[in-house]
Amino acid sequence: MTAAPQAARRRERAAAPAPEVRTAPRRKRPSLSRLREDYPLLLMCAPVIILLAVFMYAPMLGNVIAWMDYSPYVGILGSDFVGWWNFQRVVADPRFWHAVSNTLIITGFQLVFFFPVPIAMAILLNSVLTRRVRTAIQSIVYLPHFFSWVIVVSIFQQILGGAGLVNQFLRSRGLEAVEVMTNPDTFLLLITSQQVWKDAGWGMIVFLAALSTVDRSQYEAAAVDGAGAWRRIWHVTLPALRPVIILLLILRLGDALTVGFEQLILQRDAVGAGAAEVLDTFVYYSGIVYGDWSYAAAAGLIKGTVSLILVLGANKIAHVFGEAGVYQR
Amino acid sequence: MTTTVPRTSARASGPGGAAARGPGRRRRHPDRPPYEAEPGPVAKTAKTTALTLIVLAVLVPLWTVVVTSLSTQAAINDAGGLVLVPGELTFKAYTDIIAGGVVTRAVGVSVFVTAVGTALSLAVAILTAYGLSRPGSLGHRPILFMLLITMFFGAGMIPTYLVVAGLGLIDSLWALILPTAVSAFNILIMRNFFMNIDRGILDSARIDGASEWRILGQIVLPLSKAVIAVVGLFYGVAYWNAFFNAVLYINDSAKWPLQLVLRSYVLQGQAVPGTTFDPSSLDGGQTAGLAIQMAVVVLAMVPVLIVYPFVQRHFSSGVMIGAIKG
Repeated sequence: MTAAPQAARRRERAAAPAPEVRTAPRRKRPSLSRLREDYPLLLMCAPVIILLAVFMYAPMLGNVIAWMDYSPYVGILGSDFVGWWNFQRVVADPRFWHAVSNTLIITGFQLVFFFPVPIAMAILLNSVLTRRVRTAIQSIVYLPHFFSWVIVVSIFQQILGGAGLVNQFLRSRGLEAVEVMTNPDTFLLLITSQQVWKDAGWGMIVFLAALSTVDRSQYEAAAVDGAGAWRRIWHVTLPALRPVIILLLILRLGDALTVGFEQLILQRDAVGAGAAEVLDTFVYYSGIVYGDWSYAAAAGLIKGTVSLILVLGANKIAHVFGEAGVYQR
Repeated sequence: MTTTVPRTSARASGPGGAAARGPGRRRRHPDRPPYEAEPGPVAKTAKTTALTLIVLAVLVPLWTVVVTSLSTQAAINDAGGLVLVPGELTFKAYTDIIAGGVVTRAVGVSVFVTAVGTALSLAVAILTAYGLSRPGSLGHRPILFMLLITMFFGAGMIPTYLVVAGLGLIDSLWALILPTAVSAFNILIMRNFFMNIDRGILDSARIDGASEWRILGQIVLPLSKAVIAVVGLFYGVAYWNAFFNAVLYINDSAKWPLQLVLRSYVLQGQAVPGTTFDPSSLDGGQTAGLAIQMAVVVLAMVPVLIVYPFVQRHFSSGVMIGAIKG
């Protein structure tokens, strides 16, 4: 298969970062004259700066309560600093580690059983030749992505729940009903199938876009060389998707500690904290529900920091392997 | 026979022997590339079945929800729950909802939050995206950096809650809008689109003395309808679907958005206070009120279903691709 390395080289060239134009003549002019010229652009950025400052950066600074014994009655200014005490409590808490392990198990499970689904679906759909059929199927399978988690979980409950469609059918055949919505043992399967139903179709969009840019002559060359349909998928299609797959893997890895918060909090009551407690729900319950603000902020900060390290690390690894990664610098 | 030979000549002889099939037996698809063998009946059936199942997996649940919401209690009892095959139909569930008032008030809250939030977010996104779109403009790098950081490091739920509470926004609908008004991802999609607009047009307008505001309003925006539609849909759907912000910030159930009413009504099985419907007063056991529950689900889906067809044709138009690379 000579097509594959060629394709890889071509892609590498295509993925190489476009050099940013830094030599605009405007840059050399004195700041005052640039200010006179560019102030409308700065003015346009004012709303976003204000919103980010208030709702992103002020809370980032607010994380200082993780080093305090914060009480809402005395406020930040009245609360005492306690050093690393809250972090020590978090790290010593088995419930925290339980949430961490649940989170990682869910991430791992979904990496294996969700991640490949959109790729397979995109390849399948891409092989549909009639344009109208293809776009009709696309429109239909994208749709669930735009429904809220409340709707998705409601629909699953009505279909798989104790009084749901599936159990009606089983009972009418004299079989025993299965309880899926409240069973901790099958919870992983349940939330992953919900995710597949909601987002697998939408997940195709990136892969379809990448597939549409594959040079047809590569398929032709592979076919002339005697590659059948499956070998063409293996040697042409999948290599073409590689940068996108790696990019999405990196993003997923950076989000390893974030697993469908809304989806889980909706179902935590039904299956219990044993299976459904993840880091985000742990933070929510310890802070907002039980009022241990500083403790929850410390747990949240640990999560945020580890996530940041994960993204940067994953991106670094991608660079080492010669892929474009998330940001290119 | 000879007329079709050129179309198939480049084809490799497949191991399955499908190549030997005469052209009269199966018509080639006009879009099928010449090197590709016509798939055999087994492959074709497998593919059709897989695609049909995928489509049905999406459509059947939606269908049964809609049908159940339109069914009479008798029809629901006959089916023992969700109705797949429409029997006796009625709009009673919807008229009950409207008479009850709670759901309509929640729809009002959701419509307000979605409309105001989307307008605000879009305006901020357009201004920011244009403000950051000219290479080398003063100060655009630090602002861009400030925006990018939010994609990699979130402030966290607890401090954000404390800030929102500190601003006195608890039980205010603005708490459902302002904290999520900026999406770095959406702004980058838009910026990417703006940066691909031909610089020549913009520069000549600038030389002719047009202000940046005028360039944005009269040149950039008319060229950017597709990206505005897509980003507007993303924002609109996010506002319409959000429920957790309301769990955090809205204690007063009179100000609950529809998703929260849906949760307490359908998932937690609680009767929404103020509705005429009381589950205990009806017989039918677990199926009582199912039509009303499903009608609320339908109400929560309808705005998405209305807007979606108009926007989804833009998905493939290069808007998305740029977003991923950006």
